Amino acid sequence: MKISIGPIQYYWERKKVFAFYDRLPDSAVDIVYLGETVCSKRRELQLADWLAIAKQLTAAGKEVILSTLALLEAESELASLQKIITNGIYMVEANDVAAVQLLAGRGHFVLGPHINVYNNETLMLLHEMGAKRWVIPVELGREIVTELLGDRPPGLESELFAYGRLPLAFSARCFSARAHNRPKDNCDFVCRDYPDGLTLYTQDEKPFLILNGIQVQSAVVHNLVTHLGELVKLGVDVIRIAPQAEGMTEIIAAVRDVLEGRLQPEMTTELLVPYQPYGCCDGYWYGQAGMTRIQNNQRQDSG
Amino acid sequence: MSALNRKIELVCPAGNLPALRAAIDNGADAVYIGFRGDSNARNFPGLNFSPAEVLKGLEYVKKNGKRLFLAINTYPVPARWKEFVHTVDTAVDIGVDALILADIGLMRYASRTYPGLRLHLSVQGSATNRYAITFYHEQFGIRRVVLPRVLSLAQVQHLINKTTVEVEVFGYGSLCVMVEGRCALSSFVTGDSPNSAGVCSPAHAVRWVETPSGRESYLNGILINRHKTEEVAGYPTLCKGRFRVNRHVFHAIEEPTSLNVLEILPDLVKSGVTAIKVEGRQRSTAYVSLVARTLRAALDACFADPENFVPSIDWIAQLKLLSEGSCNTLGAYHRSWQ
Repeated sequence: MKISIGPIQYYWERKKVFAFYDRLPDSAVDIVYLGETVCSKRRELQLADWLAIAKQLTAAGKEVILSTLALLEAESELASLQKIITNGIYMVEANDVAAVQLLAGRGHFVLGPHINVYNNETLMLLHEMGAKRWVIPVELGREIVTELLGDRPPGLESELFAYGRLPLAFSARCFSARAHNRPKDNCDFVCRDYPDGLTLYTQDEKPFLILNGIQVQSAVVHNLVTHLGELVKLGVDVIRIAPQAEGMTEIIAAVRDVLEGRLQPEMTTELLVPYQPYGCCDGYWYGQAGMTRIQNNQRQDSG
Repeated sequence: MSALNRKIELVCPAGNLPALRAAIDNGADAVYIGFRGDSNARNFPGLNFSPAEVLKGLEYVKKNGKRLFLAINTYPVPARWKEFVHTVDTAVDIGVDALILADIGLMRYASRTYPGLRLHLSVQGSATNRYAITFYHEQFGIRRVVLPRVLSLAQVQHLINKTTVEVEVFGYGSLCVMVEGRCALSSFVTGDSPNSAGVCSPAHAVRWVETPSGRESYLNGILINRHKTEEVAGYPTLCKGRFRVNRHVFHAIEEPTSLNVLEILPDLVKSGVTAIKVEGRQRSTAYVSLVARTLRAALDACFADPENFVPSIDWIAQLKLLSEGSCNTLGAYHRSWQ
């Protein structure tokens, strides 16, 4: 099973982005997704910068995919999308049907987590159009994934979001700017001050969601590391880890060690605690509320 | 004064036969409905139509020279595929005027099995730009797209200029803040989402708790809002709760408010939209009647004399009364909302 690193969803400073990718050549990662997927106003890095990082990672033996925006509205955003798609070197991850439309007939591409694929009839058509890999929507659980994988078009790889804060929603509204009483058009890039997003708490002080510009994420980390054995058996080809500001080296190493049988999956639960300030969840995998943590509770119930 | 010669379709919601009749009687040009169950994005207990009721509704709509659309706009998973296909077949047999679909696989089935069947891309299909619309048009021949409530008025206008597909926009009703069809907030908290179960913040997960200082609303154990005793406590839709971000407790995602385009109606009309849609298949017959009647009057006045159109105080008052939190917004149509 391959490990991928999803696109950085936060707005990190240029230096931090380069430093992040500088560490990846020596890591146990196989695939790296690069580019801005949340907000087109974020321009710390230009396409040329992403391509430079891509070159460096490719030289280190990593497969590089250029990812694209989930919400496309303005012509300028479509023009940027067009540029990424015609880069001529790297495969592209589509996060909107617009990207599928532009990628169709141009060779292989990846269906990102923000394309709604809930059945094999959808998958079949998109595969015919050139989809080589498919990132399963985060809300789909074990039962549905099993059925989808059992009947998927031959040659189509599957990728599952297995570790990180869940990308849950996108809006035209910028929630980070709103929280600072700033209009979106004068946001002053307030999201740059929150390298892991801005935490939204319930009134009884429970960390609930993460505001990341126009995106909303879970505060808890979706963690399927203890399910890796099952994912391998099911035939998941790639598991995705979402970048976060701290602990990536440790997280990647833990996942690889579990996959290679050097580490008991249960050991990671404690090992990864420092990188889950608000805890973790796996409810989606059980077909339940995504925010719940079921595996650990089951163990407590039985033990 | 120059009257417009192009009409805009007023598309109203109905959750049952009385609401359907009320919509038609009060000026709707088309009504959209769904079958009972989770094949559509308003899967509420006691709501929606059996096939026999759809047929009855269709008869009423036809008798009045209007049109009936049927939404099958959730996403079928493999175990449900056959059932959804059957749902499409049933709707076609009954003879509704258009199917409102979201799922790519289901659109492929419908367009291949029933060439010539009128397909509308549901708002749940999440098409916010011209390339996405082109995809659905080229692949399945969709004739209309319902735009997600994330585009500004200028963007709507631009899209209309760039596409040959009819454009339907939301004009009134509850406001989805997120891009429709791409929001998993509800399943994150409750296990059920609009995509998978046709619901958002479902009633089965709601719990109200009375406290000495007022009422608290919970969604599957998550505190969505606290209301003081004198405050009206609205339904705990999770994106419309009050939360703390940094030091402030506020409606961090969105206030309880309803979309209302009355103010920009002439601009919308001039932009070339084909249809204006009212949200709310879950609403009462009285609600549907009043909204249909008000928007009918407003649209007629706007057609007659778009240059001098001013929303009447009565219309504004009527619609405000029906709004969530008695509050109206232009939503994403107006850039400052974003």
